[in-house]
Amino acid sequence: MNAPTTTQEQQALGQQRWIGASVARPNGRRLVDGAAVYVDDIRLPRMLNVFFVRSPYASARIKGIALDAARKSKGVVAIYTGADLARRIAPMLATLAHFKGMKAAEQPCLAIDRVCWQGEPVVAIVAQSRHLAEDAAQHVQIDYEELPVVTDMERALDADAPVIHPDLGDNLCFTREIDTGNWDETATSSDLVIERTFRFPRHTGVCLEGRSVIGDYSVSDKRLTVYISHQAPNMIQDCYARLLGLTESAVRVICRDVGGSYGIKTHVYGDELATCAISMDLGRPIKFVADRIESFTSDIHSRDHKVSIRMAFAKDGTLRGIDFLDMLAIGPYSVYPRTSVVEGNQIVNITGQWYRHDAYRAKMVNVFTNMAIYSNYRAVGHPVAVGVTEAMMDSAARALGVDPVEIRRKNLLRDEQFPCSTPSGMKFECMSHHRCLDKITAMMDLPRLRKEQASLRQKGIYRGIGIVSMIEITNPSAMFYGVGGARISAQDGCTVKMEPGGGIVVLNGCGEQGQGTETIFAQVAADALGVDFADVRVVTGDTDATPYGGGTWASRGAGVGGEATWQAARALRENILALAAVVLETSADRLEIRAGKVVDVLTGEEKTSLAELGRIAYFRPDTLGSFQAELCVTRHFVPKAYPFTFTNGALACHLEVDVDTGFIKLLKFWAVEDCGTVLNAQLVDEQMRGSIVQGIGPTLYEQCLYDERGQLLNGNMADYLVPMAYEMPDMEIGHISTPTKSSELGAKGAGEAGTAGAPGAIMNALNDALSPFRVEMFDMPFTPEKVLRALGRIDD
Amino acid sequence: MDQVTVRLSLNGAEVEASVEPRMHAIDFLRERYELSSPRVGCEHGVCGACTIRVSGRIVRGCLLLAVQLDGADVQTLEGLTAAGEIADLQQAFHERNAMQCGYCTSGMLMASQEYLQTATSCSREAIREHLSGNYCRCTGYEAIVDAVAKVAVSRGLKLLGDNA
Repeated sequence: MNAPTTTQEQQALGQQRWIGASVARPNGRRLVDGAAVYVDDIRLPRMLNVFFVRSPYASARIKGIALDAARKSKGVVAIYTGADLARRIAPMLATLAHFKGMKAAEQPCLAIDRVCWQGEPVVAIVAQSRHLAEDAAQHVQIDYEELPVVTDMERALDADAPVIHPDLGDNLCFTREIDTGNWDETATSSDLVIERTFRFPRHTGVCLEGRSVIGDYSVSDKRLTVYISHQAPNMIQDCYARLLGLTESAVRVICRDVGGSYGIKTHVYGDELATCAISMDLGRPIKFVADRIESFTSDIHSRDHKVSIRMAFAKDGTLRGIDFLDMLAIGPYSVYPRTSVVEGNQIVNITGQWYRHDAYRAKMVNVFTNMAIYSNYRAVGHPVAVGVTEAMMDSAARALGVDPVEIRRKNLLRDEQFPCSTPSGMKFECMSHHRCLDKITAMMDLPRLRKEQASLRQKGIYRGIGIVSMIEITNPSAMFYGVGGARISAQDGCTVKMEPGGGIVVLNGCGEQGQGTETIFAQVAADALGVDFADVRVVTGDTDATPYGGGTWASRGAGVGGEATWQAARALRENILALAAVVLETSADRLEIRAGKVVDVLTGEEKTSLAELGRIAYFRPDTLGSFQAELCVTRHFVPKAYPFTFTNGALACHLEVDVDTGFIKLLKFWAVEDCGTVLNAQLVDEQMRGSIVQGIGPTLYEQCLYDERGQLLNGNMADYLVPMAYEMPDMEIGHISTPTKSSELGAKGAGEAGTAGAPGAIMNALNDALSPFRVEMFDMPFTPEKVLRALGRIDD
Repeated sequence: MDQVTVRLSLNGAEVEASVEPRMHAIDFLRERYELSSPRVGCEHGVCGACTIRVSGRIVRGCLLLAVQLDGADVQTLEGLTAAGEIADLQQAFHERNAMQCGYCTSGMLMASQEYLQTATSCSREAIREHLSGNYCRCTGYEAIVDAVAKVAVSRGLKLLGDNA
């Protein structure tokens, strides 16, 4: 008989299912024991530390660098300038061919002749310890001539604005427009056109573990080992090899425990690359760990948008068209190798696309500024795309006197309309918007909340309810980067092998940064093989060990790495049964693996164990005649049927506004997500909760504040506010499951939807709470001061 | 710089060391004794990743100098783990997935244990308030609150509030 090939078939056969179970993460145990190993915990023989002297100016010419005094400082081994390292490192130029017309300048890993943002590394000091390197830094004298800066995105393209890269002609990095050509006539013939302007603050990821790397070059082996806190080991291997003039095989990248990443750690940073170049120069291990101020000024920032949008409706609430301009301010460079334009590109691709409409005109304008470098951060573009769409739906509902849930029901794509293409050109396979909306309103007991809201308003208590429907890009194909020429793998490989003792080892290109990636791979392999979860060990984060892959970003770990695991484990299962058939002198289709034993498929009678098969295959192959056992199998997977696998869902927020102080208290969050097949229910729920709170941060608290000279004013955790436990609500999570047919597992991504949806949900709840005052707010973060200004309670 | 001799109890062992007066306690523990469970996060006393226990009270390792540890009884998560003092709490964190990247976890456990030792009754709000000096970027905090509340009940504390 044929083996069951889908999880559904397995379930029908009553087999043990690890897939879906809320098993605890085996690799979580060392985290609670205090035994995790982050890069800063790694100590290598003869290791030195590097400290980077960074620019205090946002734009300046470097007139001279005096290093003599610093070289004499205690413990200093070597000092490098940008010009020194340029001899070892090729500059980074991040443009991709599918972003037509995009411009960018080459970025040196350390500044040469001029600096373009406050925090740009200028001088590298290598010393016996970080303390001694910092001591020496006080003796480095850099003569700067401060230059005019560009910090205001709306003036960056003015004729009299300073041009950051004169060779590029102006400060325009990239612009793109999608136009169905019928907005004007649609707007003219619609009953209502509403127009609003939104601001989304520049903010950053605030990983608790700073970026960190150890470059360990062996002069003897001519090989560079890179221990790095990162999400994409093979991408680092490729980029470092090319930029440092090494072959791929001369670079090994190891990612052990990673203390937070969220997209911040998917990029190539000049200081990290310089650390490895210095290791090659000195032939010794060199460690760099970013401290907190370095993190704030040299990690990538994200968002920073001004969106001017119009949406046209019929008076019954039917959406007819969308027209918007998204201005966004990146830093002075496009960040290598993913660029700094994906955020805006996603926004023109997806804004409003989960609603039916005829007319779509969307334009994005990316401008260079003298602020920190900027690129992809969790839920790239989605908080903006979802936030503006959903706030506009609520504004329209208020203007038309339509219930906010009903206006969504009227316009959301219906299940039977999939698969479909949208006005922006996105292709959607399958979604469940109406089921998600029905489920979330039931979870909330919306009628009760509305009743309570009305009665509390009589007492001067202002509560608001905000609901959003949303989509999220996951499991990207090569359409994301590969088609543009980026050497970032869309496919992932997985090797699954059986050890002589019958244990299973999974080696996967997608790694772990706390999501539970390794755990779900073990669950998938256990079910695919028919073994116990505890008998599966997972190895990730070592380019010498794992098959080539893209790594963990864009919510691709489960859908891409998980599917590769499934297919490799299914293939190994067939090989094990073929071996068993030879040993047992029967036919493989009469055998099955259950709980680590080979059994008769009909009677369930135990025939042999995996350990016995391992013994024979590895130590007594002479008894197998001409049969060659293959107990190590590799399979690769890449999504091909669709450019992206979109998930969908609904989020809701309940909050209370204190109209005297302007404080917003979050009372509760709900989320219903459809990520297809759920591989581990608890891990999916915790991804949702964590990502919701990362969406709450920049909606209420987080913002990188710059002055007119391009100085970051709040580069520490006392002044840059992040969500802490006391202010955060409890979050109730529900699921609808519409598996993708583009893989056997059916899993879509689950890591980013909360960050995508929470800002819109809060904005809608806030504007619902403020509706008695006929006030709407669209300028995040919604600080108490802004709330009071909107209410007219304070003015200048 | 002149070295200063400090003598302290470190996870139950008596140690003596000479340190620069400027050395921070967190660097002293991590670099001198390779006790890596307290993590360096903000270096500003805000994030709580470097939380250690000094003579019975939790403190921020980044706001304390090594010389201030002279004569103190210092415990890190390594010490609590070895002694089995918080085995139930660690188990609850693990089962509830109250850690994702794990970088905040040492500090969260130290702060949670102090809460459990000092609280006379327990509520989710009180847990959240007590843990508000510890930053976690991954979990959204709810799983951590769940884990601490579960241990509170199992240790005999009464859980108040409607979210029990």
